[in-house]
Amino acid sequence: MLTLTINGADHQVDVPDDMPLLWVLRDVLGMTGTKYGCGIAQCGACTVHLDGMAVRSCVLPVSNIAQGQKIVTIEAVGQSDLGKKVQNAWLEHEVVQCGYCQSGQIMSAVALLDKKPQPNDEDIDAGMSGNICRCCTYTRIRGAIKSVSQA
Amino acid sequence: MTKNVSAQAVSLSRRRLLQASGIAVGGLLLATAMPFARRSYAEQYVNKGPEDAPLSTSTALGAFLRIGHDGRVTLISPKIEMGQGVQTGFAMMVAEELEVPLNQVVIQEAPPNEKLYGDKLLGFQATGGSSSTRSNWEPMREAAAAARIMLIQAAANQWGVSPAECRAENGMIIGPGDRQIGYGEVVDAAAQLPVPESVPLKKPEDFKVIGQPLRRLDTPGKVDGSAKFTIDLQVPNMKIATTSTCPVVGGKLLAVDDSRARALPGVRDVIKLDNAVAVIGDHMWAALQGLKALDIQWDYGPHATIDSEQIERALHAAFDREGAIATEVGDINKAIGSASSKIEAEYEMPFLAHATLEPMTCVAQVRGDTCELWVGTQVPVMAAAAAAQGSGVQPENVIVNNQLIGGGFGRRLESDFINQAAAIAKQVDYPIKLVWSREEDTAHDLYRPHYIDRFSAGLDSNGMPVGWSHTIVGASVLARFAPAAVPPNGLDADAVEVSNKPIYKLANLKVRYVPEAPKAILNSWWRGVGPLHGAYVMESFIDELALAAKQDPVAYRLKLLDEHPRAQAVLKLAAEKANWDQKLPAGHGRGIAVQEVFGSYLATVVELQVDAQNGIHINRLICVADCGIVTNPTSVRSQLEGGTLFGLSAALFNEITVHEGRVEQSNFHDYRQLRMSDAPPVEVHIIPSAELPGGIGEAGTAMIAPALVNALHAASGKRIRRLPLARAGYHVV
Repeated sequence: MLTLTINGADHQVDVPDDMPLLWVLRDVLGMTGTKYGCGIAQCGACTVHLDGMAVRSCVLPVSNIAQGQKIVTIEAVGQSDLGKKVQNAWLEHEVVQCGYCQSGQIMSAVALLDKKPQPNDEDIDAGMSGNICRCCTYTRIRGAIKSVSQA
Repeated sequence: MTKNVSAQAVSLSRRRLLQASGIAVGGLLLATAMPFARRSYAEQYVNKGPEDAPLSTSTALGAFLRIGHDGRVTLISPKIEMGQGVQTGFAMMVAEELEVPLNQVVIQEAPPNEKLYGDKLLGFQATGGSSSTRSNWEPMREAAAAARIMLIQAAANQWGVSPAECRAENGMIIGPGDRQIGYGEVVDAAAQLPVPESVPLKKPEDFKVIGQPLRRLDTPGKVDGSAKFTIDLQVPNMKIATTSTCPVVGGKLLAVDDSRARALPGVRDVIKLDNAVAVIGDHMWAALQGLKALDIQWDYGPHATIDSEQIERALHAAFDREGAIATEVGDINKAIGSASSKIEAEYEMPFLAHATLEPMTCVAQVRGDTCELWVGTQVPVMAAAAAAQGSGVQPENVIVNNQLIGGGFGRRLESDFINQAAAIAKQVDYPIKLVWSREEDTAHDLYRPHYIDRFSAGLDSNGMPVGWSHTIVGASVLARFAPAAVPPNGLDADAVEVSNKPIYKLANLKVRYVPEAPKAILNSWWRGVGPLHGAYVMESFIDELALAAKQDPVAYRLKLLDEHPRAQAVLKLAAEKANWDQKLPAGHGRGIAVQEVFGSYLATVVELQVDAQNGIHINRLICVADCGIVTNPTSVRSQLEGGTLFGLSAALFNEITVHEGRVEQSNFHDYRQLRMSDAPPVEVHIIPSAELPGGIGEAGTAMIAPALVNALHAASGKRIRRLPLARAGYHVV
């Protein structure tokens, strides 16, 4: 039995040690905002925060998460000022098309802006290129991130 | 020239047709013909949002509309939302003509019903072909306008006044003497009234909602994780299934040893299908681990030795067959034979996977003689048929609860995964959610056909074309998807689209199509469909002619576009925005493409630089569109931006190849997609237009590849005739 601290609450889970966090979130705890896209950390749809760092939950075995490490998912990222600002920027810039990747995009963007409040284009490339958007909303994602950094 | 869209009225004969046949084109059908006659399992368990108010409290005012007693308007959308913004567009049309606030319109997905929700352009119930706005621009507004007229009449009757003294405003009927009443209070009476004989629509100058850059209705839930895609659904007692399908098309399952898989914690069942094995688990991880633990023996079938080279040889050999003539004007042999010069070229486009980010997924439950699906599909009726086939129930006993789609791009016009989900569900007594791994999704797609196009043109002494011969070889998607839609000579209208009716003035013209279905690969619709192929080859070849004639590519095209003022306009504006006449440094170049695609006119310009190591950097990407009347300019811009980059991703990187009958690519590491660092900003310019709406969801996608290769030629002198550019050693810097 493992204890995971997710969005400020402790969850006891009885799952195999090698089970990636993604499937624990989605299929055990029913938190489906975090998405599956590739399973090999290539697309970023599964991005969550582990102690504030953007991590790909599809390749993170739950047993590698130390007790007390804080996991934040898309369901609760809006509870921080920065998270809320990013979500609002996404809406104001009408970023979203199909929307499937956007949980991961927002989690990566929040982590980027948390570390670099005023990222330049190269910072945005570096911070966001792990997230694939098949609808190719990149122009608007870049605009939304810049609007938060300038606010 | 311009169809007058300002005063469309439903004619009496058309109204009778609506009443008699139940076709949704006028949208006004009364309660007896309503969808959702039964509440499905899905509505009990899945759709728990506010839209799940019991349907019996709403009164139907047509196939598209219900109005609740609380005044809330439910728009039953004949088209699924997959990012294109179409449901918001429909809601705007309804808000406009019904006089309700946009936020009072709730969307519900239409059930399978060809009569009510068939697409008049496509000929069946589907979301595709960039048809949604084009097909529903009049019917959707007519449905809302007719409902408004009936609501006004009902209020007038109640008050004993003339409807001429009443008006609709903000979800209320306003009458003489400060009378007012909400729609919900008169909707039952309105539904009993006869369908109005004339349904005048607003003139564009009176639009208050249509034409405004409004926010999409579906986006808030997509930024906080609350929106549910098929892959997110949780039905009580549901378990997760994932499959391994025979890697070779046409192969079969011989035997499977599942003893190790069944011993794994969380694995519940292993199900054998004709050509696949499914592992069912408590969660996806258990199912995936179970799949790995299987020892499967396949009969790979007749295609196990096929590779890409063989497929390409067969495509080339097909040029020797006669095929079908798509267009023949004048005497092509004489024209080319007597021309001052002759130009020939061959172009090639690869197989492409769709790679929707939400992989193929479907929730299915078989109970007795019924099958219920929860699935994001572009084709609900075909989905029901596929599930019926897979589960053995009658098609009319399949309930389809359509869902938000995490990327369609044509992939969800196919129902192979739905058939598979139903076949699995048939064998167990609980609902299953089938989720394909990315690897299965990549290797078991139905791919955009590999096309080869040969051109031959004769130029006169001024360098202008006097003869144009074009032969297309590739799989006929239509012949597999809807064989009845293909004439006996095999002419596939999609394969020759754009090519068969060149926008350029060409006196002697011959366009020929030879269908050649590859072995080991199934082909299907891919965003951009026919125009994606047609625009690439046409705009590449016309560019080659212009350069052979030593003429400017814009000026050359303009000389051939006399009959297409809208094409001239987008071309001129694109050239102007791109500073076309301004000289660029060495190693830089601009390329342009113009076409009519999906009823819209587009011109796209790429300005790029290329270094000595074949590194490409796109400095500017400009897209100019005249797509007729625009419902929501924000959605049009988004589609042009995203669609253009979607096409760029494929043109740069993508190619599906086959070895020993198997697709060689498996995931995003070997089927790479455009990423933030690769993506140039897209500049979009929309030309104001009073023409009927054109399609826009695929238009940008269709135009980028020719602009890109033309720019590369301008920058480097190298003409790339086979996509993707990565194949020729190019990369993005």
